[in-house]
Amino acid sequence: MHELSIAASIVDAVTETTAAYPGSRVREVRLRVGALASVIEDSLQFCWGVTTEDTPLAGAKLVVNMLPVVIHCENCSADEQIGVQSFRCPRCGEPAGDLRQGRELEIESIEIDDEPEPAISLLQQEDER
Amino acid sequence: MTTRIVELRRGILKKNDELAAGLRARFHAAGVLVLNLVSSPGTGKTTFLERTLRELRGHGARVAALVGDLETDNDARRLAASGAPVRQINTHGICHLDAEMIGKHLDGWDALGGITDLALLDYLFIENVGNLVCPSSYDLGERIRVALLSVTEGEDKPLKYPTLFNSADAAVITKIDLAEPCGFDRDAALKNINEIRPGIRVFETSAKTGVGMAEWFGYLEEARKNLG
Repeated sequence: MHELSIAASIVDAVTETTAAYPGSRVREVRLRVGALASVIEDSLQFCWGVTTEDTPLAGAKLVVNMLPVVIHCENCSADEQIGVQSFRCPRCGEPAGDLRQGRELEIESIEIDDEPEPAISLLQQEDER
Repeated sequence: MTTRIVELRRGILKKNDELAAGLRARFHAAGVLVLNLVSSPGTGKTTFLERTLRELRGHGARVAALVGDLETDNDARRLAASGAPVRQINTHGICHLDAEMIGKHLDGWDALGGITDLALLDYLFIENVGNLVCPSSYDLGERIRVALLSVTEGEDKPLKYPTLFNSADAAVITKIDLAEPCGFDRDAALKNINEIRPGIRVFETSAKTGVGMAEWFGYLEEARKNLG
């Protein structure tokens, strides 16, 4: 339900970053989203499309890398992947309070097309010729 | 034209997390215990909180509450019946409270019961918007997140909404006086809560009869002592 707020936050963060690359175009935004982040990918993709429409980010692809929950079990001295229906070590059954992965909600990277020579300068060069 | 990858490694809710960290430091410095109450609509958060405020005040504690709803100030008026200063936050369609909304509503309490300084408070309760999904992503700077579940909702709520129950510090079962007519399976509910958040404190309460409230107040008092 809050995917729209999340999409808007992504737009803000990406816009802030691309300000350092004038004339660039964003091709792809890559996210890392934990299974406990309460984010539904379909809903986020829909909101991304709506939020970026008619903006410089229109058409940019949103790639969502979903991450499973990983806990650390003291008893087994090991990291174990678990589902979201039981927070216990799958090996020994001990309660798992030490969450190592699963709450992520972050932008990993963006892929941009950088244009050092904007189209306008090409025209100017032709004029000069 | 060149294609390049720019690494960001940045939290999408970074702004909220930073604001929440600021609030947490502010609450800590003021020595006020802040609790964030989260449940689905209709669990009985407001009734539970109204009794909590009233009884804590009766014991001489200084309490206040912020309450979030999409629209109306009905809940603030209900909570104000406890005699505690209460402020309504209307989110106008947003399904959760965020740290910015809390920050904005902390100032200027003097018109509402004489609270001008957080340091004058022992407890500040935040009643979140009724929703078991989105509030779990938004840190409000609280010390204790409380997940509430009523006996009328079904024992598998914790399994259906693991994110919230897993991020909670305490769980409250409300309307326990209705357990029998509702056919509430207590063992299943406790087992499900414990699967999602092993070892969490669970309070079985009725704000109507007062059952279980003494244990809840004991927990609050203990948590306040441990503020450090």
